[in-house]
Amino acid sequence: MALEGDIAQMGALIGAGLACTGMGGAAIGVGNVVGNHLSGALRNPAAANGQMATMFIGIAFAEALGIFSFLVALLLMFAQGF
Amino acid sequence: MAAEENATGATLNIHPMDQFQVYSLFGDGPVHWYTPTNVTLWLFIAIVAIVLLMVIATRGRNVVPSRGQSVAELIYSFVRGMIVDITGEAGLKYFPYIMTLFLLILFTNVLGLLPYSFTVTSHIAVTGVLAMAVFMAVTLLGFVLNGTKFLKIFWISEAPLVLRPILAMIEIISYFVRPVSHSVRLAGNMMAGHAVIKVFAGFAAMLAATTPLGVGLVAPIVAIMAMYGLELLVVVIQAYVFTILTCVYLKDALHPGH
Repeated sequence: MALEGDIAQMGALIGAGLACTGMGGAAIGVGNVVGNHLSGALRNPAAANGQMATMFIGIAFAEALGIFSFLVALLLMFAQGF
Repeated sequence: MAAEENATGATLNIHPMDQFQVYSLFGDGPVHWYTPTNVTLWLFIAIVAIVLLMVIATRGRNVVPSRGQSVAELIYSFVRGMIVDITGEAGLKYFPYIMTLFLLILFTNVLGLLPYSFTVTSHIAVTGVLAMAVFMAVTLLGFVLNGTKFLKIFWISEAPLVLRPILAMIEIISYFVRPVSHSVRLAGNMMAGHAVIKVFAGFAAMLAATTPLGVGLVAPIVAIMAMYGLELLVVVIQAYVFTILTCVYLKDALHPGH
């Protein structure tokens, strides 16, 4: 039985590591938002400041999903049910 | 250095998650809902700091503001501008609530960066209450102000008729995920950032003990300083993001058609 528990623990830890790959997706998302904002801002600098808030909202939405993957990793590491 | 005192040989005995432990301030008893804990203490310190800034520093109401007064005015006009930008003048009625949220989150976040302090907002229990309050307030407000017209935010009339039920389903799911993402974003950012600083502190302790004269200490300390600067940016931005998302949700309740 001890072995079974160990395998479950191992699976949870591997899963926690795999969950962290989700952060890469969030990184791509945030980079996309900021990059597009920057390229737009360089074309029309006068309109850039007005869209700052929208950019931060976009970052927040993209980043939330990365934070979810972090949350899944934490749950697998510290809140496993076995 | 405190980190050096903690180091015993080459073992890493600083657990990065220890800083998020909630414990009773007086004695070691179990934590009940009424027990004064470090959460209570740091919330209290944050509130005292807010009162000092917003009440005491602005008591003079000078035309040429003092340093404290200009900081208070800066924060005030910043939040006001944010609400007017997103919700329009109609949202200014709810200014006190949004200002309270912003100040509480900003101060607890920034105070959490002090060494040996406790970050109240790193707990989902705390941010969950804040996000749930926003969610329930916005939902109630939407129904009170617009009646059943509030349901239009789920029924997108610009989309083709065939797509509308599918879109409505997606909209409903995303509406109910809001409090989750709203709270987890803040707590996750706080937790992750502070844990990273603690991990580097652990490296510092390890290298101080294993390298001659502790010269290995330099690299992790530089890394901690860089992370600290980044964290200072993150805590302010997260307070801003929480508040601006509250404004966005409020806009849905005030003008559901748009």
